[in-house]
Amino acid sequence: MLDYTKKEKYDRTALRVNPAKTCQPVGAMYAALGVHECMPHSHGSQGCCAFHRMFLTRHFKDPAMASTSSFTEGASVFGGGSNLKTAAKNIFDIYNPKIIAVHTTCLSETIGDDLNAFIQDIDIPEGKYMVHTNTPSYKGSHITGFSNMVASFISYLSVSSGNKNGKAVLMPGFVNPGDMRELKRLATALGVSYTMLPDTSGVLDSPMTGKFEMYPKGGTTVEEIIALGNSELTLAFGKFASEAGAETLKKKCGVPYNLLPIPIGISRTDEYIIALQAFSKTEVPYDIEEERGQLVDILIDIHPYTYNKKVAIFGDPDTVLGITEFVLEMGMIPKYVLTGTPGDAFVSAAEALFTKFGVDGCIAKAGGDLYELHQWIKEDGIDLIIGGTHGKHIARAEDIPFIRAGFPIIDRYIHSYMPLVGYKGGMRLAEMITNALMDRQDRDALEEDFEMVM
Amino acid sequence: MENARVLEERKEFILHKSDGGCGGNGMKCDANSVSGAVSQRACVYCGARVVLNPITDAFHIVHGPIGCASYTWDIRGSLSSGEDLYRNSFSTDLRESDIIFGGEKKLAAAIEEIAEKYHPKLIFVYATCIVGVIGDDVNAVCKGMSEKYNMRVIPVKSPGFSGNKSVGYKMACNAIMELISKHNQPKQEGVNILGDFNLAGELWIIEDYLAKLGIQVVSTFTGDSSYESLLKSPGARLNIVQCAGSSTYLANRMEEEMGIPYIKVSFFGIEDTTNSLIRIAEALNNTEAKEKALAFTKKETEKLQEFLAKYRKNLEGKKAAIYVGGGFKAISLIRQFQLMGMETVVVGTQTGKKDDYEIIESLVGSNTVILDDTNPAELEKFMKAKNADILVGGVKERPLAYKLGIAFCDHNHERKHPLCGFDGVVNFIKEINRSINNPVWKYMKVEG
Repeated sequence: MLDYTKKEKYDRTALRVNPAKTCQPVGAMYAALGVHECMPHSHGSQGCCAFHRMFLTRHFKDPAMASTSSFTEGASVFGGGSNLKTAAKNIFDIYNPKIIAVHTTCLSETIGDDLNAFIQDIDIPEGKYMVHTNTPSYKGSHITGFSNMVASFISYLSVSSGNKNGKAVLMPGFVNPGDMRELKRLATALGVSYTMLPDTSGVLDSPMTGKFEMYPKGGTTVEEIIALGNSELTLAFGKFASEAGAETLKKKCGVPYNLLPIPIGISRTDEYIIALQAFSKTEVPYDIEEERGQLVDILIDIHPYTYNKKVAIFGDPDTVLGITEFVLEMGMIPKYVLTGTPGDAFVSAAEALFTKFGVDGCIAKAGGDLYELHQWIKEDGIDLIIGGTHGKHIARAEDIPFIRAGFPIIDRYIHSYMPLVGYKGGMRLAEMITNALMDRQDRDALEEDFEMVM
Repeated sequence: MENARVLEERKEFILHKSDGGCGGNGMKCDANSVSGAVSQRACVYCGARVVLNPITDAFHIVHGPIGCASYTWDIRGSLSSGEDLYRNSFSTDLRESDIIFGGEKKLAAAIEEIAEKYHPKLIFVYATCIVGVIGDDVNAVCKGMSEKYNMRVIPVKSPGFSGNKSVGYKMACNAIMELISKHNQPKQEGVNILGDFNLAGELWIIEDYLAKLGIQVVSTFTGDSSYESLLKSPGARLNIVQCAGSSTYLANRMEEEMGIPYIKVSFFGIEDTTNSLIRIAEALNNTEAKEKALAFTKKETEKLQEFLAKYRKNLEGKKAAIYVGGGFKAISLIRQFQLMGMETVVVGTQTGKKDDYEIIESLVGSNTVILDDTNPAELEKFMKAKNADILVGGVKERPLAYKLGIAFCDHNHERKHPLCGFDGVVNFIKEINRSINNPVWKYMKVEG
């Protein structure tokens, strides 16, 4: 079943088989959902919007609202200007958002729709906003789309009034609401006053109230985005998802930034804590030191089970690099690390980690696909796969334990509430990894080797 | 969203039966969506892909940027008894330079990479939005590759903007016709099943029922379907059409061009399953099969009585909302709810036709709202106004219902058990009961 992958490598230049990425607009839609009272708008055919909402709904198990320009043949010949105009009027009339965040699709990009010009022509109601970003699907990946949308919010809205507000900007990158909550919790614990952009916590993990909220409580407000220009410093997590936003804010409003890795694992979380401490100049509270100590304690307890175990990790570049460093901290070997998002920086960052921990024979690839990952695994096997749901075919075909981490996870629940970042996230990831390996040991144990205590 | 209003442009797509809608004015349907609406609909490509995808031993290559392929990667839940090639995702993953210089070379190379390694019999090439715009001659590439490798490479013209999902169904049907129409087959006493996609193995239940009646199945389009079985389809005596929205067009073409008559059937619910089996036997002029059908359906219906009585107690008087893809399914669902003493208060479809809405209108009570191509705001508004207890829908409707504190049943790609036939009745009612009567709703914070 699901094992038609051939072991012998053959050159593929044109065919992508089982992608480890998807297209820009869904990332832009996710970023826009992290702004309060924002209606993400897809400027293109209906299907794109439906697919993106479906993808996000399946991952978050929460409604993902977005509207579409509903292109027809006419629009694709004469341009989508009138569609956008009608759409804007309808959206403000009926859905009453504070802001509409438009992203393009491969279709509207290729026919050359000038979104800047369209938006200038539109009669935007008093106190309302409309922004856009270009998200051609044939460039980058969903991570690029996320990054572009964040940068566009800033370039449209943020201004510097000359009065600093003492706040840090947290750009969390393409992570789950649970991660965003954890990043905020740590910032608060270190006494840092902040604004997070985007912030999907409270939007895509909203509580049950018995009411359907078109715009749930969460999300960065437009006022907060405007005021980003007065911030002291940006802490941007992940080069791929956050650098563009941080750079835009620096260029436009002179806010310096500190580009940090997504804080998965011990040393990356240390780095975040140190950055927060440098900002607030307060002592690290005991609670946080205690959490770190607990994580180290856990890693010591489990080390006989994790040491030298070989892992394949795939998914989004910033997340994969974080998980890679954490498994290295656990003494595991990240034999294959792969992202579908193109970009050499991924490979050099992964290779730097291999060198730092002195592991040999590991492969890192950007712009790869899961067929190739499967071939590597067939050639030289591993003990564990870590990635989104799409790895389950490989895990089953090769009978390898599989942990779901990253995006998208469409066949499990609750993941979006639980962080991977911070010491707490490390504990969760360590638990998942150890349990997967130990479950496997139990399953494979001979009758005479089967033990109650492990 | 307390202030949810209905878009002016949408008013003609909504029918309040209590308004005296039977006056014959009817409602608007089968039209393009309004720009700016949060439509639940998908595109031409999506329509084409969902119909063709369950051809299990075909390579389905999506010619376009990665998204279209990645969102449709193994999403359907169509099960296979043989090959599983269709559960992979193949794409030309067009990049910027391909958009500038054209994607034909890349498409040809992609087909070659498959042809030389796998020697397939059948490849479908889906032309997406952007391919329509940059003007790749997909037909020519497919033709050239077919000849070079002596295999069938069939283009599926499915740019997303060229209509809505229904147009995609038609494009898929055209692709199937292109595949099968060149094959003269000896006639055989059997039927083709059209428009069942074998979600949760439903096709196997239908095949089993037909076997009990002594009726042979020649081919299935496209649930659990394969190249070889498709080629045999022109020899069948009768086509039975389950998903009318996607497959009536194909049935019509097969009738005109191959002389195969068809009947529309539905295997959802006791009444529809019973009628369908009897009508199939009648259409084949097979009196023996008809007698078997009468006996079999009577026996199965009797077997269900105790079960129905038990669950009816739990469900009687509850109110249902329905939002599904096609009209035929909505009609079956209304009947199933009636059987349980439940009233359907909201009913809508993505792609229903005028005839469907007329039947729907005749089936529901006067308190019902009928919607075409609706959106979450409208669904919320009417489900609340009509006090619906459960929504039957698809993937995007599930969290909407849950957020409103309304129970939910998936009758689309995410169904976890078969809902067709007599077994399906049991699964369906158990699922409705499990959701409506789950204790979790008691913990919900009641709206102040």
